[in-house]
Amino acid sequence: MFGGARAAGNAIEVRGLVRRYGGPTRFEAVRGVSFQVARGELFALLGTNGAGKTSTLEVVEGLARPSAGEVRVLGYDPFVDRAKVRPRIGIMLQEGGFPPDLTVVETVRMWAGLLSRSQPVGVVLDLVRLDHRADVPVRQLSGGERRRLDLAVAVLGRPDVLFLDEPTTGLDPESRRDTWQFIRTLLHDGVTVALTTHYLDEAQELADQLAIMHQGTVVASGTVTEVIAAHPARISFTLPAGAAPLPDLPHARLPTRPDARPNQGEPSQRVTLHTTALQDTLTALLTWAAQAEIRLGGLDARPASLEEAFLAIADNDRSPEVAA
Amino acid sequence: MTRIATLSRYEMLLFWRNRTALATAVLLPVATVGTLITLEDGAAGPTDGAGLLIALVGLMLLLVVYYNLVSTYVARREERVLKRLRAGEVTDGEILAGTAVPAVVIALGQMAIMAGGFGAFLPLPLPVNPLVLIIGLAGAVVLLVGLAVISSTFTRNVEMAQISTLPVLLVCSVGSGLFIPITELPGQLATVARFLPFSPAIELIRLGWLGTADDSAATDFLGVLSRAAGPAAILAGWVSMGVVGVRRWFRWEPRS
Repeated sequence: MFGGARAAGNAIEVRGLVRRYGGPTRFEAVRGVSFQVARGELFALLGTNGAGKTSTLEVVEGLARPSAGEVRVLGYDPFVDRAKVRPRIGIMLQEGGFPPDLTVVETVRMWAGLLSRSQPVGVVLDLVRLDHRADVPVRQLSGGERRRLDLAVAVLGRPDVLFLDEPTTGLDPESRRDTWQFIRTLLHDGVTVALTTHYLDEAQELADQLAIMHQGTVVASGTVTEVIAAHPARISFTLPAGAAPLPDLPHARLPTRPDARPNQGEPSQRVTLHTTALQDTLTALLTWAAQAEIRLGGLDARPASLEEAFLAIADNDRSPEVAA
Repeated sequence: MTRIATLSRYEMLLFWRNRTALATAVLLPVATVGTLITLEDGAAGPTDGAGLLIALVGLMLLLVVYYNLVSTYVARREERVLKRLRAGEVTDGEILAGTAVPAVVIALGQMAIMAGGFGAFLPLPLPVNPLVLIIGLAGAVVLLVGLAVISSTFTRNVEMAQISTLPVLLVCSVGSGLFIPITELPGQLATVARFLPFSPAIELIRLGWLGTADDSAATDFLGVLSRAAGPAAILAGWVSMGVVGVRRWFRWEPRS
């Protein structure tokens, strides 16, 4: 039933995607983005607000035509072959879009009537735990309940590929975990998922593959482990005034700023080290400090994490502006 | 087709729950007809009665189909309902059509009731050419739905619809001679009026029913067909321009 040999490997293929918005400014929101999502995997597109995540996703969903580049979903062009792709994908937009005067069950029933392979309405409402709110008008739902209704509609048509644009934004921690559990169930059933998020723990929790977007381009991508590995752990502390100069520490790298290397006789200063072996570097640092009888103020050691990687990327971009 | 039916069923439900729209669509025409019938009490021949009924039909199409649909399209756009629907399997045309069906059904229902009510008080002639009458009605509906879609594009919110619809309402009602017969407009103006969007539709309805659209003598079934060619061509022109306009200008989501 799938679209021939082409669709065998990847559910989603994006090559050199560019998206420009019209008007006099000709703003380029997406500047040459490429990625693939294998069948049954979860791909997370991370980034700050305005990084181009939603602009990218909208093209992949077939809601907009790419300005340049190529997109394939299940082997088809999602914009041109909309009629072939849509019955097999589910889309959850960033913001709802349900008439406020219809009740929850009416909304889902209406959508069921618009889909070619809809699941039973009751089953889906149970899945997102909105069964007890079935007769409540959409306008009376909380933000989290609306998000769950949106999710219900997105999975209603038994999609092979599911697109989720910030699925847990505005949810309380418990609902977020519920949603994660729900997404894991879908993955277990073989659904391919592409989601955007600005929650790093969400990507770390769910993603097989991820890409971090910044200012319209992908600045890091791979598995969670790969992305983290490319960005080292961090140690920071305040060196008191008059302390001996730092020795060479194993696996450590000092930031390259000219004022970063502390010298004797200067006032106390904040030092940040990057390391690929947190324990070794930290042991050496603490041994040195103990022998030299130096107190390291505000000592802080952070293992490599997606958050660190993310912050490093955002920092890299900001530093030229600070310098200017 | 079933998807249009699904959309229109829930659009009808929303219309029923929107008491303001419901009151405007149902009570306004009833009140208008009531007033006009009392004014017309003891009036002249059957042609006058039918002429008045046609004017009311035109007015109702404008209010119930055009005005009402501008508000509906704007509301659905601002609620992001249109954008959400577009992310599903329904096609663009199905979304626009499904949203329009309730207004059209209500307008046609009211016309039937009005014709019935009118017939009870005033003698009405049988249509000379029902085919042309139906083409005129159908053309009017398609044209007004298209105009509503385009007008909604230039309307920021539902409240603004009260103002943004005025130009079309004015041009269509005066231009098509709903209030003053086109023939009584000064020379040049009368010619221009015939080419305005709604005028050929009303002209076809008049021709189909009365056998004449102006002061000239009524003709028969075939005579009506030949007289209908001109207005039908103008109407077709406006409808195709409308389709182009919809494709070019329509916005599916709020301005961000």
